[in-house]
Amino acid sequence: MTTTPAILTTALTRSYDDQPVLRGIDLSVPSGTIFALLGSNGAGKTTVIRILSTLLKADGGTAVVNGYDVATHPARVRESISLTGQFAAIDEILTGRENLVLIAQLRRLEQPGRIADDLLARFALTDAGRRRAATYSGGMRRRLDIAMSLIGNPPVLFLDEPTSGLDPQSRIEVWKTVRELAGQGTTVLLTTQYLDEAEHLADRIAVLHEGRIIADGTLAELRQLFPPATVEYVEKQPTLEDIFLAIVGHDDAPTNDALT
Amino acid sequence: MTTHGAHATDVLLRRSLRHIRRSPDTIITTAITPIVMLLLFVYVFGGAIHVGGGSYVSYLLPGILLVTVASGIAYTAFRLFTDVSGGIFERFSSMPITRSAFLWSHVVTSLVANLVSLVLVVVVALAMGFRSGAGVLAWLGVLGIMVLFTLALTWLAVIPGLTATSVDGVSGFSYPLIFLPFVSSTFVPTQGMPGPVRWFAEHQPVTSIVDTVRHLFAQQPVGNDGWVAVAWCVGVLLVAYVLAMRTYRSKVA
Repeated sequence: MTTTPAILTTALTRSYDDQPVLRGIDLSVPSGTIFALLGSNGAGKTTVIRILSTLLKADGGTAVVNGYDVATHPARVRESISLTGQFAAIDEILTGRENLVLIAQLRRLEQPGRIADDLLARFALTDAGRRRAATYSGGMRRRLDIAMSLIGNPPVLFLDEPTSGLDPQSRIEVWKTVRELAGQGTTVLLTTQYLDEAEHLADRIAVLHEGRIIADGTLAELRQLFPPATVEYVEKQPTLEDIFLAIVGHDDAPTNDALT
Repeated sequence: MTTHGAHATDVLLRRSLRHIRRSPDTIITTAITPIVMLLLFVYVFGGAIHVGGGSYVSYLLPGILLVTVASGIAYTAFRLFTDVSGGIFERFSSMPITRSAFLWSHVVTSLVANLVSLVLVVVVALAMGFRSGAGVLAWLGVLGIMVLFTLALTWLAVIPGLTATSVDGVSGFSYPLIFLPFVSSTFVPTQGMPGPVRWFAEHQPVTSIVDTVRHLFAQQPVGNDGWVAVAWCVGVLLVAYVLAMRTYRSKVA
């Protein structure tokens, strides 16, 4: 892990029609880590992602991605990132394979067909690869969407609510992929409104509320903001998610080891 | 455009041409409105319309070609709208490719799709008795003016394609363009129209373009109409291009 953060923002502000959405965001995301931006709807999460991925200009402050300022070197930033937006950014008329080939060609990579086949296999889409993406389920779309973002191995990945609208199994698959990516050194900034997602997945968590970061740290650090834990004896009931995954026979049910 | 931009435009162009090959109905639908107009005016109203020498279908075809393009660009706007509202536009915009490649691929696709529709309409007109002794140069002239006209309307269509918030808004904008030929020399000579209507008909772009194409088909000298037609097309093209580019830039920061 290098000491320079992969993403660094200072005093980032942005308003829409005089309505401030970001009121000074300071973020520092170490390289190769998973960083969760947690917040409710309308907190400004997507605005942060859009500024970092050069789709939107900030009103004030600076944002640096992979060492490049988004305002002065947007082309360099775009070479360093991939964005998976809130809505699956796939071409529904093309097949899954054609979608992947398209991105590989746009990135001017050698052997786009081979890259596509490898990713189809990795994301369990080989059988569906020759079908139009319009016929895919929500989970398959999301997997294809993320697979498209991985083409060219960009060092920084933005995932805007990657699991919203997904069933529990697909959600776990996405988590697995994100962990693998971080394991390979990719920096992942994801937004989520699910507390458990941030808890399970992220190395660091920032809480965005009404355009401000109101807490930022590791889960352990955030825990210390609260009164010390008291010991209570309670019967451990399985969560509905545990039950659901047990009865549908999924072998990758979430365990609590991610928390320790 | 740099070679980098040309490469991305080429990849994206092949993508949207594939869209058209997979939904050829868009080309058929584009051609149906003008073909129905052609049938209706030639076989229903045509008997009551007197346009001097020559067959009515030959008189009518030039204006019908413009109607074809006007109905075709509704799909141009629709295809853009689909990309922009679906999220793939943001993916392309956040990738290391020349940003204007996205728009250019849609513009060239529009040109190709409209030319195919135009060929369909001309084939139907030939079956209905349209004949022209025009030589290669005159046909090239017709092609040139249709390409200019299509480009002008395509860049116009880019604006609602980028800004519309619903499918209805996207397709609605082309209706006035389809009806503009009615108040022109497309269906009947302008001489029979009352004063202000005639003035409008003779000074709006459709009449000069229609008359130019008509003269080219009839192997008559084009005269001033040709320059007026080209000026209108280039003028609308430039204004629409500037506005479309401005809209595009405001969209991608």
